[in-house]
Parts: sequence; C-alpha cells; structure tokens
Amino acid sequence: MIPAAFEYKKAGSADEAIALLTEYGDEAKLLAGGHSLLPLMKLRLARPEVLIDIGNVADLSYVREDGDHIAVGALTRHRDVERSDVLRSALPVLAHVASTVGDPQVRNRGTIGGSIVHGDPASDLPSVVLATGATLVVRGSGGQREIAAADFFVDFLETAVAADELLTEIKFPKSNGAGWSFQKFNRRAQDWAIVGATVVGGDNPGVSLVNMGSKPELSVAATEAMASGASPSDVGAAAADGAANPPEDLSANVAYRRHLARSLVERAVAEASN
Amino acid sequence: MENRPSNVPVTINVNGNALSAEVEPRTLLALFLRDDLHLTGTHIGCDTSNCGACTVLLDGDAVKSCTVLAVQADGRDITTIEGVAGDDGSFSAVQEGFRQEHGLQCGYCTPGMIMAATALLADNPNPSEHDIRHNLEGNLCRCTGYQMIVNSVRWAAENPDGVSVSVGGQGAHS
Ligand SMILES: Cc1cc2nc3c(=O)[nH]c(=O)nc-3n(C[C@H](O)[C@H](O)[C@H](O)COP(=O)(O)OP(=O)(O)OC[C@H]3O[C@@H](n4cnc5c(N)ncnc54)[C@H](O)[C@@H]3O)c2cc1C
Ligand code: FES
Ligand code: FES
Repeated sequence: MIPAAFEYKKAGSADEAIALLTEYGDEAKLLAGGHSLLPLMKLRLARPEVLIDIGNVADLSYVREDGDHIAVGALTRHRDVERSDVLRSALPVLAHVASTVGDPQVRNRGTIGGSIVHGDPASDLPSVVLATGATLVVRGSGGQREIAAADFFVDFLETAVAADELLTEIKFPKSNGAGWSFQKFNRRAQDWAIVGATVVGGDNPGVSLVNMGSKPELSVAATEAMASGASPSDVGAAAADGAANPPEDLSANVAYRRHLARSLVERAVAEASN
Repeated sequence: MENRPSNVPVTINVNGNALSAEVEPRTLLALFLRDDLHLTGTHIGCDTSNCGACTVLLDGDAVKSCTVLAVQADGRDITTIEGVAGDDGSFSAVQEGFRQEHGLQCGYCTPGMIMAATALLADNPNPSEHDIRHNLEGNLCRCTGYQMIVNSVRWAAENPDGVSVSVGGQGAHS
C-alpha cells in the first residue's frame, strides 16, 4: 500500500513549519513520527497534498524541569519519554505509559506531540495529559497560546490545535510523589487498549479513560468521587457509569467496556492509594 | 493532484555505503530498499506496521520500514539484514544464534527478528528472557512459537563473538 502522491517539505524549525502551514493551509499536514499519519495515508484514509516534515526539528525534543512542572517538547519520541530520568523521578506515570505504547519500533518513531494532536480515543498518552491536568503550548502565525487539557480534545481525531498551529510543548505538573496507576487491557502485548485507565492521586486527583468515548476523556464523575475520598469500587462505578458514549467494536460491546472501565479504575485507584 | 509532485534528492547511508538518489516523496523506505536498491532481505509481511518483518535499523534504532518514508531517512544510517554479517561473510552473533538454536522455520520473519534482536543486544547486552520477549513484541512469527527465537537471542547474548563460520560454509545442522 502506497500513499497518494504529495509534495514533501522539510521544516528545519518550528517557525519554518508555521510558515509552511500558513502557506499551504488545509492542504498540508505535519509529519512527526508518522506512526499515525502514514498508516492512514497508506489506506488512503488521509490524502494530504503537502506533508511538512517536522521530524528533524531537534530543538523540540527535550524533557526538562521548569519550576513546578516538567516541560516535554512535542517532538520527543516515546522511547525518550520512557527512558527519561527526569520523568522517572518527577512524573513516573508518564514514563511508564510511554513504555506501554505499541512496541519498540513504534516507540522509536512515534512522538508525544503526534500522539496528543492525533487525538485518538484509544491512545494512551492523552490519558496522562488529562489525569495530570497538563497544559498544551501551541504556536501559530498569530503567536503562542496555552490550552488546558480539559479544553484540548474536541471530538474524534479532533483537537483545539488550529490548521496553522503547531503543538510545541506539554507542561505536566510535577507529581510530587503522589500515587499513580495506569491500567491497560488488551489481548496481545503490542495492541492498543481495549479499555485503559490512568489515575493520579494526591491533592489534585485525576481519573481518565482510554477508548471509552469518541475522544480521550477525563472522567469528571470519577475524579470528583476520588477527590471526596470515595472507595476504589465507588470511583470505578462512577467512571463506568459516567462514560457517555463508549464505542462498540469487535473487541468489546458497550456493556463489556463499562465492566472493564469499572474494574480497571477500581484497580488503579487502589494501586494509586498505596 | 494535477501536477506531479517533485522528486526529492536524498543521501542515505545504507549498510555503510552513502547512496544518493532522487525519490518520489511517497516512496516507503521498505520499497526503496527492495525495489531501488534490490536489498530484498527486508521483507514486507503485513504492510500495516504490525508484523515487524520489515524491521531495519535507523541510526541504530529498530524501525518498521513499511511505516517510514525514504525521505525521512535522508542523511541517516540504515542497516538492513544484508549489512549484519561481517565483511568476510562471517555471521553476527545474532545470526549465528538463530542458526545454532534453530530460531526459524519458514524464515519469513527472520530478517526482522534479527534486526530487532541486534538493536536489543546493542542496547542491553545481557537481556533476561522477559527483556527479550518484551523487546520482540513488535515482531510476529507464524511458525516457531517464539521459544526458539528467544533461545537464539539468549545464545547471541552468551556468545557475543558468535562463532566464525562463513556463509556457504559447512552447515551447523546437517
Ligand atoms: C503498530 C502501531 C501500534 C501502536 N500502538 C499504540 C498504542 O498502543 N498506544 C498509543 O497510544 N499509540 C499507539 N500507536 C500510535 C503511536 O503512538 C503514534 O506514534 C502516535 O499516535 C502519533 O505520533 P507520531 O509522532 O507518529 O505522529 P504522526 O503520525 O506524524 O502525526 C499524527 C497527527 O498529528 C499531527 N501532528 C504531529 N505532530 C504535531 C505537532 N507537533 N503539532 C501539531 N500537529 C502535529 C499530524 O499532522 C497528524 O495529523 C501505535 C502505532 C502503530 C503504528
Ligand atoms: S511489513 Fe512492516 S510491520 Fe509488517
Ligand atoms: S519462521 Fe516462519 S514466520 Fe517466523
């Protein structure tokens, strides 16, 4: 399977990428690791006329401590997130979740920014963005703006990033030793989650779900239940009942998905509280 | 699109040889290697980034070449299965391990398995069985049931110098 023909432009910097996005508008797509976009293009489900390759913008690949948060460059590959010493100590949930994405070859190519902007409800990293209440930094021809996690994911494969904008950085609040857990239920090791759950404890708890709706979602009901000190099983029930629109596919129907969400969240809350 | 998109000049270092070419942007690295360079040891299995048969090393990292564009490899080092043996044809430790432990049956997955295992051992010279299984998650085998493959990689870890047997020499399992 070969993608439809496209014009290829290599951007050497974020500014160059923004200039190219402004020039080509809706016809263009950014190419980061290509591990969501290229499979879609091979199936001709996506046919951009211009690809703007940002894979070589090295100064958008970093993990650094910055006061009360950790700044992660959008072009940081899953493998570098997984192995970052800074993250392993200051935000271990992110390093761990990155280590469960796909398989080693996928993690060597895929970027955290690509995963987040792609906005797939079945993807793992957006659940950390939501559960930790991270802030997304985007830049476009009109300048830079920050978007709260809660406002970022709009609909299926749709985020608040505009067509002429680039996600440059994700600011994660430091976990300060708060408990956390990520539960991913799948059949084979390399697979996507049938259902997944990320739970962070501490003063600002968060419960988010993978593959339980049309977009990556924070479970507001479960997060509130957790904040009020509810038991793990009650938080699990709140997560399962609170999911408005679980998908149905070959792996699971709605009832089974709710069952998984309940069990995984219950398990995750118990683990995060230890 | 009415106008044919322009080809893009690339220079890719493949198995130690710097090659310059003009490629159509949509050319997949796997097809560039197979069709343009005739390096057909890199196999295409699923063509959907699942099976790992097309695994090559990009600057030393295992990647699925069916999901990388040739233009993305511009200026980079690519190692394919053809570049794994020594210049004199002697097997690498991983290749020898697959021979010693019979890590293949039909052989279709083998180039990808060897490339993934090569990347693993470069990073972690003494992997546990769990490490090996975890790091080969991206490679599917329809024949062996994986145990012989795990044994082969363990053999390579335990015999990092391999055994110096030239290609086409006496077979080990005659
Ligand atoms: C076999 C396989 C298994 C996988 N398994 C999992 C899994 O278990 N869990 C999981 O979460 N993911 C999984 N993935 C997806 C993987 O994590 C992707 O790498 C990731 O979703 C996309 O990142 P990318 O850098 O490859 O983005 P690309 O494919 O390059 O881009 C994706 C989209 O985001 C846009 N984009 C990329 N970067 C930016 C940016 N900085 N600013 C604005 N827009 C941008 C692109 O234009 C495109 O629309 C899997 C992928 C494969 C091929
Ligand atoms: S052919 Fe590339 S992963 Fe199967
Ligand atoms: S040996 Fe046949 S697929 Fe692995």
